[in-house]
Amino acid sequence: MAKHYNTVSSRVFDTANYIVLSVCALAAVLPFIFVISGSFATDAELTQRTVFLIPRTFSLAAYEFIFSTNTIMKSIGVSLFIASFGTLVNLFFTVTMAYPLARRNLMGRNVVLNLVIFSMLFSGGMIPTYLVIRELGMLDSYWALIIPGAISAFNLIIIKNFFQELPPGLEEAARIDGCTELGLLWRIVLPLSKPVLATFALFYAVGHWNDFFTALLYINDPQKWPLQVLLRQIVLLSQAAAGDINAMDPSFVKPPDQSIKMAVIVVGTVPILLVYPFLQKHFAKGVLIGSIKG
Amino acid sequence: MPEASKQPSRDYRPSVLGRLRKDKWLYILLLPGLLYFIVFKYVPMWGVLLAFKNFQPFTGFLKSEWVGLEHFQLFFANPEFFMLLRNTLLLSLYNLVFFFPAPIVLAILMNEVRFALFKRTVQTMIYVPHFISMVIVASMTYVFLTTAGGPVNEMLEQYTGRKIEFLATPEWFKPLIIMQTIWKECGWGTIIFLAALAGVDMEQYEAATMDGANRWKQIWHITLPAVRSTIVILLILRMGNILENGFEQIYLMLNPLNRQAAEVFDTYVYMMGITQGAFSYSTAVGLFKSLIGVVLVVGANYLAKRFGQSGLY
Repeated sequence: MAKHYNTVSSRVFDTANYIVLSVCALAAVLPFIFVISGSFATDAELTQRTVFLIPRTFSLAAYEFIFSTNTIMKSIGVSLFIASFGTLVNLFFTVTMAYPLARRNLMGRNVVLNLVIFSMLFSGGMIPTYLVIRELGMLDSYWALIIPGAISAFNLIIIKNFFQELPPGLEEAARIDGCTELGLLWRIVLPLSKPVLATFALFYAVGHWNDFFTALLYINDPQKWPLQVLLRQIVLLSQAAAGDINAMDPSFVKPPDQSIKMAVIVVGTVPILLVYPFLQKHFAKGVLIGSIKG
Repeated sequence: MPEASKQPSRDYRPSVLGRLRKDKWLYILLLPGLLYFIVFKYVPMWGVLLAFKNFQPFTGFLKSEWVGLEHFQLFFANPEFFMLLRNTLLLSLYNLVFFFPAPIVLAILMNEVRFALFKRTVQTMIYVPHFISMVIVASMTYVFLTTAGGPVNEMLEQYTGRKIEFLATPEWFKPLIIMQTIWKECGWGTIIFLAALAGVDMEQYEAATMDGANRWKQIWHITLPAVRSTIVILLILRMGNILENGFEQIYLMLNPLNRQAAEVFDTYVYMMGITQGAFSYSTAVGLFKSLIGVVLVVGANYLAKRFGQSGLY
């Protein structure tokens, strides 16, 4: 940039700008750091000191507690299963639908596209959808966490647009070599779309891991709760590891300690923190493809 | 279109059946997705007819009797109606005033940074909260603000001698919600503006500098106009969602003590429908909400076009 930045007022502006942005950046991550360090402190320290970045008393008690409970461990398992299997289902449904819709000369294509777009503007709402899920016998089944959200209309359109932009020459060449329609999708289109599909896989997976609403609506059996619902019970409602089978254990009778609450929050966040470096490379691009062409 | 030229010369316009057969595999691939949209999006749309019926779980959808607008009348006559409308609109208004400009300002500030490493670091940090679930956000709010040993109240007590019941006071509900939204989505919201700003020709800034424009003037006359159309589009989208306050967030922060300021259409639909089983009544409430939403987005789009912006469609 060849702007002339040497005036005094310009320097003042820059300094203020750096300070403001630094504060914003710290404000975004400091709460996590407090919670993480709090989860490693003893509860005694948490009641004495208010805010700290490094605990004086390092303790793994909160995590030992979490990993010894049936309920929390089970719900972590449920969340991991939903996030992985659910994402596969998402990709299957989204890709199989996006691929035919990317063909401009497919008969009936516009009708289907308009159906998809209209569903983004208007929806039946919570109760009619709930009744459909109930009629399908999906209440209290993990399918209710996977199938009703199998396709995000928004993601579908972005992926369709991406397929549409692939060079048409490739397709023709493959056809001349005798490639079938499915072979074309499997051997040409999908390998070319790996980065895009990886991005959306991560978006879908994060969505599943973070999902609270669907489970709240459709899963009544506490034994089947994913982590986010259990997290709410433990932290917001302060219920001792909600309905744990080990209810005989005295630690379940009293409400959970502050450090345990923090540790549960950390466990609910860690998977995201782990995928974040992978996500970060792609998401800005993904968001932009969506906003420009979606 | 390479496809068109490849069409065999003897049938210029193949019959419907012929085209179905030719693209057989494409239609088979399309099927699961199409079924998904029909079952989970369009059947529920048809289900909004429940709002005009008296649905009894035993008699089922088809046999339930029609009651016309009874549920709507019931809802509008309900004293809770004004509380819900007020909370919904106020939350949206606060969102518009306090949250909406935040990413724009942040993006403009970031655009002024020339030190690339600093900019990248800030970006990496401010995007993080977007990926955190609402439950975690609410949980962290709780852990920090609770009167039972939360650090904020501990400090308040130390310095002022009293605690504030942030989580159980109606007056605090809306500010908390807006602060959560800003913390979670403000950084993420900058992406789209930063992209718009990346397209600005640097020569414009140089020319402005030559003409003696200082940094503020450059921001005002070059940077802001560059993001104007993006702002308008996002504003239209916001208008359409003015009755959407984010169910999860409100539901998680709602409790009997702050309910007066917290209950909105969505949470009311959940409470009446799912927890109390008044299916038809709550469907009517939800339908009322969706219809206003559609009217608002169409209206906002019309206005945007009137004022010479491109609009959404």
